[in-house]
Amino acid sequence: MLRARVIPCLLVHRKGLVKTVRFADPKYVGDPINAVRIFNEKEVDEIVVLDIDATAGGAEPDAAMIRNLAAECRMPLCYGGGVRTVEQAVAIIKMGVEKVAISAAALENPGLVSAIGRFVGSQSVVVVLDVRRHPRTGAPELWTHNGTRNTGRDPVAFARELEALGVGEITVNAIDRDGVMKGYDLDLVERVRAAVSVPMTVLGGAGSLDDIGDLIRRFGTIGAAAGSLFVFKGVYRAVLINYPSRAEKLALCDGALTEAGA
Amino acid sequence: MIAIVDYGSGNLQAIRNIYHRLSIPFVLAKGPEDLADADRVLLPGVGAFDQAMGELNASGMRRALDQAVLEDGKPILGICVGMQLLARSSEEGREAGLGWIDASVRRFDPALIARPPRLPHLGWNTVEPTREDPLFAGADLRNGYYFLHSYYVACDDPADVLAFTEYGVRFASAVSRGRIRGVQFHPEKSHQAGVQLLRNFALSAVD
Repeated sequence: MLRARVIPCLLVHRKGLVKTVRFADPKYVGDPINAVRIFNEKEVDEIVVLDIDATAGGAEPDAAMIRNLAAECRMPLCYGGGVRTVEQAVAIIKMGVEKVAISAAALENPGLVSAIGRFVGSQSVVVVLDVRRHPRTGAPELWTHNGTRNTGRDPVAFARELEALGVGEITVNAIDRDGVMKGYDLDLVERVRAAVSVPMTVLGGAGSLDDIGDLIRRFGTIGAAAGSLFVFKGVYRAVLINYPSRAEKLALCDGALTEAGA
Repeated sequence: MIAIVDYGSGNLQAIRNIYHRLSIPFVLAKGPEDLADADRVLLPGVGAFDQAMGELNASGMRRALDQAVLEDGKPILGICVGMQLLARSSEEGREAGLGWIDASVRRFDPALIARPPRLPHLGWNTVEPTREDPLFAGADLRNGYYFLHSYYVACDDPADVLAFTEYGVRFASAVSRGRIRGVQFHPEKSHQAGVQLLRNFALSAVD
């Protein structure tokens, strides 16, 4: 049976790994390659690495870093950050990355999604939707450039558009939940899940394995991604890379799937 | 010596790293002479069928591959699209495949997949071997293998199916015929179970 995926998401800022809270206050948590090595040992399902400087700073993806990460990963790797062209995406896939994530570029030019798909296979094209709820109405809106630019677009409508363009996966990242560790925005997930049938990964808010269990119980086969949960330990947020054991993870996924009736 | 066929279809690095760490010698085959020297051949592949087949045909290694596999009987392992290339043809494209396995490549029917996500088939799924095979010897299959694809190999002869996986249909996640093997999943991205499989392909007798 196809399992839910439990996915550490690593943010790269000035060549180091950081963790943010609501997309701000990056705290240094270590070296990316070292983290990948530890996650290899823990046999994680997948890993997502997002370079949070690239798009915001108008920089190219850091080829040397991506190549090193891909070489080190014994699990599937999804890279995002600064990808704006088909050529960049093709180059990244050739470096040994399984999936390329785009975000701002997809909003500016949705055709890029299908254009990249034609060259690398649509299964390798991920679009990350950074969603912030409107402070008054609570309506979800799509933001870009590390949550500094509001596009005013509706993530659900855009998800439908992406599916029509042949996107391989949609990652829904709740800005308001980032680093807060109080649980995923399940209502937001529900809305996107109901609109599209492509694979989905959810990011933003996981504070415990129970939060991941809640997500999987409700949505079955889904990607449960987390940053803080897998790099911090305890109330003082001491940096300690961690991940559920295989038994814990399988129990989380199997139990949840059975309850979901899949 | 294993020849990893390097015809431009990406993603050799992870396979190289695993063999490097296992101290198993390999060469990246960029021309026919590299295949002549090898005793086993690994055929990776990502992306679309026509793109991969086109690049393979353009690499100048097609003839040498036929020689190595069909005439010299060297063991070959196709991975992901590399497995699909073993078939005659694919619904994804127009190019003819290698035709070493009597099979065609089909798209999953999303209508048969009960609830979303539907396509692509993405993630860790169970692989059930149909028989004992050196390829899976000693591999811990409890965690499954990692898949990322929307097309699958449909064998004419059920005897060619080496393992089944369920995704709307029960499809061949591994094939074998003689010394030819193919796996739809990514052993190079499947942790220990994948490392074991790649080690088995390199070191075990596959007859």
